[in-house]
Amino acid sequence: MVKTALKRIYTFLIFLFLYAPIIVLIVFSFNESKSRAHWTGFTFKWYVEMFKDQQIMTSLYYTVTIALAASVIATILGTIAAIGIHYMKKLPRTIMTNLTYLPVLNPDIVTGISLMLLFILVKFPRGFFSMLLAHITFNLPYVILSVMPKLKQLDNHLYDAALDLGATPGYAFRKVILPQIAPGIFTGFLLAMTMSIDDFVISFFTTGPGVSNLAITIYSMARKGVSPKINAVLSILFAGVILMLLIINNRMSRDNGRKENAV
Amino acid sequence: MKKHLMAYPYALWILIFIIVPLALILFYSVFSIDAEGIHFTLEHFRRVFEPIYLAVFFRSIKIAAISTAICLILGYPMAMILASKNLSKKSLLVVLFVIPMWMNFLARTYAWMTLLEKNGLIATIMEFFGVELPSLLYTENTVILGMVYNFLPFMVLPIYSVLVKIDKAVLEAAEDLGATPIIVFRRVIFPLSLPGVSSGIIMVFMPALTTFVISRLLGGAHFTLIGNLIEQQFLTTMDWGFGSALSVVLMLMIMVSMGVAMRYEKENEGGGLW
Repeated sequence: MVKTALKRIYTFLIFLFLYAPIIVLIVFSFNESKSRAHWTGFTFKWYVEMFKDQQIMTSLYYTVTIALAASVIATILGTIAAIGIHYMKKLPRTIMTNLTYLPVLNPDIVTGISLMLLFILVKFPRGFFSMLLAHITFNLPYVILSVMPKLKQLDNHLYDAALDLGATPGYAFRKVILPQIAPGIFTGFLLAMTMSIDDFVISFFTTGPGVSNLAITIYSMARKGVSPKINAVLSILFAGVILMLLIINNRMSRDNGRKENAV
Repeated sequence: MKKHLMAYPYALWILIFIIVPLALILFYSVFSIDAEGIHFTLEHFRRVFEPIYLAVFFRSIKIAAISTAICLILGYPMAMILASKNLSKKSLLVVLFVIPMWMNFLARTYAWMTLLEKNGLIATIMEFFGVELPSLLYTENTVILGMVYNFLPFMVLPIYSVLVKIDKAVLEAAEDLGATPIIVFRRVIFPLSLPGVSSGIIMVFMPALTTFVISRLLGGAHFTLIGNLIEQQFLTTMDWGFGSALSVVLMLMIMVSMGVAMRYEKENEGGGLW
């Protein structure tokens, strides 16, 4: 009994530690006064001000456009790459897989700086497009690593059967392979979106003057001190990420359910 | 149809956006460029070993190690509790545990700023009880707190994923053979969980070692870790050579520790990061 009680208390304390700061942040985004300690009344004022803030709205626009564009391009390029890698011989396949892990393992600050050096050297103007290229680069591994397992599960005979029955390779690909790896592609897309929206370090180094995403704006605002407007932005961002995760989780569990049924 | 050809555009992408940029860092770390041309030099690396910069490295390693140790001490019992729950409760608890991790880490760090600042919630509550606190923000301990808060789930999840895979029959066998719970833990559970522990250590230590945001926001403008030093070289002092040398040393440190951990994991057959 004592043991269960201790376990409960410990779990409670850890969860309190994890959630208290987030809850306080969200609660005080509805606080009437600028204070982060005294509750003076409920208001939506900071959310209204947030929407009026030109800097925040511009960075929201860049965050969303870059996340969308980068994840769409990374998904297309990554899916094609995953198929290619899957059908490579063993040695090149191992090399490509390891290279794919490289940006995942490399510290973000090094990836960011190395890309910044590249853009400066080839005189590629830093701003929207350099940030987009950087985002595609760090999104690609997540797409490939989501699609590859699906390809491994694939029954190659189905594709051959389709060819035997007179399908052209393109037709067989669209009608046989694509539907089977589609869940992996979609999961990769959502992961890429999430990573893109969440990224700070790489964006920070690859962007140029005038173009910043929400994370960069929050960082520069937070360096100057705290403001309830940031609380409002973060609360909305948090809600958005949770929503995305619910969708991903839902898809993954449905997927696993299917797999178990098949077995 | 030669399907493997489909990998080539991606290979080109890797070449341009990953290999060439990393090669650039290597290049700048050992060459200096001035009016007379390009010379090979080890001057940048020599500077890395100057006492003030070595001190920054030691400080970063020390803070990252302390944070990792705290995460391990706090996280291991948590992982055991999560793993011991029955199935329906377990998945809910694990999801609840993961959710804060998906909040932007800037947001999580910022949340602590608002809690710890001079007129923040914690200071106000303590004042109410008549306790005057010394400055809570901008100390080394604040930075460690920020790291533990940000990276604790990275420690718990790998340990948890190894613990749930342990065959219950093994534990029962140990008990049947007369082992006390403490011995079961020391001789059976803990050794079997080591792959998870090593993944957890890596996953906390790496980001703790390379961050420049947590130290900047919670440690203040004069709190310098390796990450801050590298950032300064590229964004303020514009000393690319020295910055690149620092990055190369950082990458080497990461790769060596990854290599050790991976070899260790292979010997222990997996564990895996998740």
